[in-house]
Parts: sequence; structure tokens; C-alpha cells
Amino acid sequence: MIYLDNCATTKPRIEVINEMALAMENNFGNPSSLHRLGLYAENALKEARISVANFLGVSEREILFTSGGTESNNLAIQGALKARRGNHIITTKIEHPSVINTIKNYESKGYSISYLENDDQGRICLESLKNVLTKDTALVSIIHVNNEIGTIQDLEAISKIILESGTTPFFHVDGVQSFGKISFSLKKCNIDSYSFSAHKIHGPKGVGGLYLNKDSRIAPLFYGGNQENGLRSGTENLPSIMGLKKAVDIISISGEYERNSINELRNYLIKLVTENINDIKVNSPIDKTGSPYILNISFKDIKGEVLLHYLEEKAIYVSTASACSSKGKNKSHVLKAINLDEGLMDATIRICFSYENTLEQMEIFVKVLKESVTDIRSIIMRR
Amino acid sequence: MDRVISLSLGELMLKGKNRKYFEDQLIRNIKRALRNSSEYRIYKEQGKIYIEGFENKEDAIIPKLEKIFGIIYISKCIRTSTSIEDIREASLIAVKEKLQGKKVLTFKVEATRANKNYPLKSTEICPDVGEYILEHVENLSVDVHNPEIFVYIDIKKHAYIYIDRTKAYGGFPIGTNGKGLLLLSGGIDSPVAGFLMAKRGVEIAGLHFHSYPFTSERAEQKMLDLASILSIYTGPIKIYSVNLLKIQKEINQKCAEDEMTIISRRFMMRIAERLSEENNYNALITGENLGQVASQTIGSINVINRVVNMPILRPLIGMDKQDIIEWAKDIETFETSIIPFEDCCSVFLPKHPLTRPKVEDIEKSESNLEIGALVEEALENIKVHYIK
Repeated sequence: MIYLDNCATTKPRIEVINEMALAMENNFGNPSSLHRLGLYAENALKEARISVANFLGVSEREILFTSGGTESNNLAIQGALKARRGNHIITTKIEHPSVINTIKNYESKGYSISYLENDDQGRICLESLKNVLTKDTALVSIIHVNNEIGTIQDLEAISKIILESGTTPFFHVDGVQSFGKISFSLKKCNIDSYSFSAHKIHGPKGVGGLYLNKDSRIAPLFYGGNQENGLRSGTENLPSIMGLKKAVDIISISGEYERNSINELRNYLIKLVTENINDIKVNSPIDKTGSPYILNISFKDIKGEVLLHYLEEKAIYVSTASACSSKGKNKSHVLKAINLDEGLMDATIRICFSYENTLEQMEIFVKVLKESVTDIRSIIMRR
Repeated sequence: MDRVISLSLGELMLKGKNRKYFEDQLIRNIKRALRNSSEYRIYKEQGKIYIEGFENKEDAIIPKLEKIFGIIYISKCIRTSTSIEDIREASLIAVKEKLQGKKVLTFKVEATRANKNYPLKSTEICPDVGEYILEHVENLSVDVHNPEIFVYIDIKKHAYIYIDRTKAYGGFPIGTNGKGLLLLSGGIDSPVAGFLMAKRGVEIAGLHFHSYPFTSERAEQKMLDLASILSIYTGPIKIYSVNLLKIQKEINQKCAEDEMTIISRRFMMRIAERLSEENNYNALITGENLGQVASQTIGSINVINRVVNMPILRPLIGMDKQDIIEWAKDIETFETSIIPFEDCCSVFLPKHPLTRPKVEDIEKSESNLEIGALVEEALENIKVHYIK
């Protein structure tokens, strides 16, 4: 098996699985219980919080655990808007649905929304940000690494523009595809909140978190036992949080090495694909503004989903941004936003790497890819 | 006094000498539908089938019985001895249960005696029981012309008293009218076609064509989900799944673009016939519906029929789409049928498919293809699924 869909989800590391089993077996107490079992659970929770905080270079008081990326984005966006005046929101055209659909919901509540312009590789236009910031702006929400094409936004430059504008919006960053994969400083970028998810970094599904700057205020979305500083009620999901901790502990040691080898892997794959297959278009930025983990490529005259199934037959797993459709539905909003040719929209696949992929796998992959593309083209071009 | 469920048998009653065969098949089907239930007993008594052992659980069992073909009405009955005292008492209980919380003002008693030796005639039983009910229930009167409720009394070896009856689908018990191979796509029509033929007693097997990797495994799963809903009515279904891609690729290369659909269809029929020969299916069943799409014109049907020598049953042929949809909703396949799926297979859809194909033209085009070998290859790679 060659698994290249690591933006959808990653395979949990065996250490993560063991850690979670141990937590369930030996540390099942409720952190809120007054007895000793509660204390043990609370201590484990505290350790997990410290691990994540250290990894992000922030204080442990600034980490909230949640059920994952979608909840964290909702908590930040809705929580900030609940706690603030101002009825203007700034975001990009290439957000994840958990941000875009949350923000769209505020349109009907009387908010106005500005979508920042971007270039043909998804880099947002900083000038357009200057032009739309106003005293009414309550929220700026930016995806750090785009999940379909891998564009990295320049958070430092963005925060500088916000600071210089004299306005004080809440600055949220969707970090689901950047957490553990891009090194940067939350503090330097004046970020109010940053969302992350465990299952994108070989942790378990159903757990993630939100960095919330200690000086930033949000309101909770639901009420209960006031866990997580009253911002996220509900008994803490300790086994999963311990799994998240383990995944973070591992990348804090091996992360840099993994990033470098994945960078090499991506460059090798681009070289192989370009040399072996014609009529392709690489949609991801391949300089320092692109995440090495994500490579989005269009193949003229193929259907992405058909190619996906051809590859799956050979136990190679990738994804498409758009479902195959003749009716023009299900087109990717991200590919639209980077002005990709209409004809290439569903001729596109996304390849996402992990530490488990090897250079040899890339060679096998390109061989199968070439055969598949050739076969599909021979069928489709005849029509 | 016991509680039983009675089943009336509709068209089966007309079967004369063969009736026992139909009834026995129906009882086998009932036993299969109730196979996960606790202890119960089924018996026949003068034209009806009775089930005992489900007291207070009737409302969970009746929906299962409603889906068994061959049954036309289902009733919750009180069974008593045939003494007039017991009949009166049971009738009163039935009326009181019916009245609970509801306002009913008029009723009529209707009695039949299969047992002609019974000392009272029907015309004597009705007023007797009616009077007894009137004496014991307030605000009720008899209306012999237009009553709100009927109190039915069947006098046989036992007496059976009931008020409401649930209408079921009727038809014939599955397995009493041969075996059919249903071409099952994933759309709205084919499950309805299968249902309607099953309702006439035909045992159903399914044949599905896909074009993987041009179609996804999820589309095949959707077809299996539909088959699984259908199997609630038909019993276990064996599904054959055939990959048509190789054949489509050949047609794509060697035949005219606008002939794609009709020639594919002919291949499907050839494959279906071969499977039928090997597995003793007596007929093919399709969801074709005249005029719905290009391959469903009379001209196309003629060209399609030419390749097989067995009956092709098309129960939807004269129905309106809306009526088919109503059936699909009724049998609860509609919601699954309309789940949208990628239509990558549209790669093979001609822009303007032939609506008036000529047999000679199509045969000439097909002479470019190794028909026998392609059919054999498709059959060799067949996948079989068993639903339940």
C-alpha cells in the first residue's frame, strides 16, 4: 500500500495507539473527581497540555482541548464574534468548509464579509487586506496552510498589516494543515487563536485543540461543567488527549527531520511526474510558500476520480478535490479561486505525504500513474 | 379467549386445486420473515391463515407481515369458543378496545359462519351481539348502512372477532411464479420493477453492471443497499456484479459514438441470458419505461430484444415516472436511489444516442467486435454477493 492521502487523515503511530490503550486501562478517572483517580487523570491532562504548549511555544494556560479542527474553528470564530462588537468579517476564498460555512452563517445575521483576493497559487493579496480592514472588523480568519493546494500564508506580514492599520480585530488562524508541519511562531504573529487536530499528525481522530492567547476573549458555545476554563464544557477525552500528546512528543523530536525528507520526497515526485507525463499542471506553490506535504496536480483530459480509482486498484491512495460530475456541481471552491481552467477542475488529484512514504514508493507511484493516465486519455480523447 | 393474527389470502383463493401449494409456499415465506421471533404457531383454518403467540406484540409483527406477498388483509383477532356467550363477551372487549380515547358513534356487526351446523344463523347472531354491545356501552348506536366501525365475527372451529384490518400488497407468494433475473442499476426504476414482479410471485436474483474504475465502489455499495431493501419483500437475493468496462472500451474504439448505449445494452442482455441459462432463471426483468431515455424507445427495445431468446419482463413499461416514484417511496427505495453519485461513466454516454436504431446497422457495427469472447471474459470476472 502507498498511502498518499495524508491531508484527509494519517495512520496513527503505534506509540499513539499504545499510549491511548494505557490511558484507558490505567487512567480512566474523571479529572474533575476529588479522589485520587481524578487527581491522576488531572495530572495526565496537565502533562498533555504542557507538551502541546511547549511544542507551540506558548503557555499551557493558552491550550484548550476540543474534539478536533471543526470544533476548534467554530469555537474560535463563533466564540470571538459572540464576545465582540463589530459586524465585519475578513477571510479568504480558500478556507476549509468548517470556516467558510461558519462565517457564511453570519451573513444572514447582519454581518458583512470581505473575501481577500489571491494569486493563481493561492497567496492572498496583502494590499487587499489593507483596503478592507475597518474599525468595524470583528474577525480576521485565515487558513495557514490551504488543505487542497498547500499554499502557506505569510502570517507575520498579515499580522503586521493588522497592527499598522490601528484596528483590533480578533485574528484566528486555521492551523489544521500546518500544525506540526510548518515551523513558525504564534507569538511573533500576534495570533489570537490557532486551531489544530490530532489525526493529521498521526494521532487519533476526534481530538484536537485551540491555542487561545491569554489576553484574547471568546465566549463558550455550550455550557456544562466548565472544563477547559469554562470555554469547552464536557468531561475531557483523556485517552485521545494522551494520544495527541504522544503524537506531538514524537514530532517535537523528529519533526524537522521528517519535514526535510518530505520536502525531498515532494521535489523528487515533481521531477518524476514532469519527466514522465505530459500535459500536466502543478497547482501547488513549490517554493517556500508551499507546504511540502501537499502536491496538487492536474492532468489534461483525465477525470480525477477515475484516476483515483485506477490508482486504488494498485493500492495507491490519493484524493480529488472535486467529485466527478458532468453537471458542474461539486467543483472545488479553492481551484475556482486560483482560476484553474474549467477543463482541469475535475482533472485534478491531491497527493499528501507522510514520514512513512519513501523515494522508492514515488517511483512505483509514477509508473502506475503514467500507465493510468495514458489508458484514461486513450479512452477519453476518443470521445 | 386468545389473541391471534389473521391473514386473508386475496388472489390465492382463486387457485382451486393448486391452492395448497400456494398456501404452503406462503407459510414458508411467513416463517422466514418471522425467523427471529420467539415461539409462535401458524395454522390454516378454512381459507385464512392464523398466527398465535404474539399477544401484545402485534404492532411489531404486523409491519413484517404486510411485506409478504400473497396476503391481502391482516387483522388482530380475539379467538374464543363458538358459544354465543363467549362471542358476545369477546365482541364487547373488541369494541371497548377500539373505543379507547376515540369517539365512535355507530357500528354494525357482521357475522359469517363457515360452520353451517352452528345453531344460530348469521342473521340471528348479528342482532344478538349488537344488542349486547348496546347494553354495555354508552353513546353508541347501530347503523347498518354506513357504520363507522364493523365488528366482524367469523365462526369456524373457533370464533374469531375483529374490528380493524390492515391492507397488505396482495399478489402471490414469492417462489410460486418462477425465477427472474433483475437488471439492477442503482436508479429509481429497477428496484420498483423487481418489487412488482416479486409481487406476482417471481423469485428475484439481481444483475448489476459497473465500469470500475470509471465508477466507484460506493456506487456498487448503493446498489447493494437497494437490493437489501428489496430483499425485505423478496427474501434473500443473489446479486451478480459484472464489470462492463472492457466491453465499453471495445465499443468505444470500434463502433460509432451514437451506438454506444444500444450496443452496451445488447451486451448486458447477452450476459444476462447466459447467466440465466446456467442458473435456471426463467425471465429477465428490467426497469425500462417507454420513452424515458433514448434506449427505451420501441425501436431500441426491438433491437435489444433481438439478442436473446427468453422473455424480458418490463413491468414499468407503461407507467408514468411519477407513478414509479410513488412506488419507490412506498417500498422505501427512493431515498437510497436518489443519493447522488459521480457519473464518471458519462464518459461513455454519447452526446446524441440513437433513438431509432436499425437492427442491420447495429449488427454490422458489432461484427467488428469479438462478441463471444467479450461475453465470456465478462462472465469469468463476475462477482457474486448474497443479500441476507
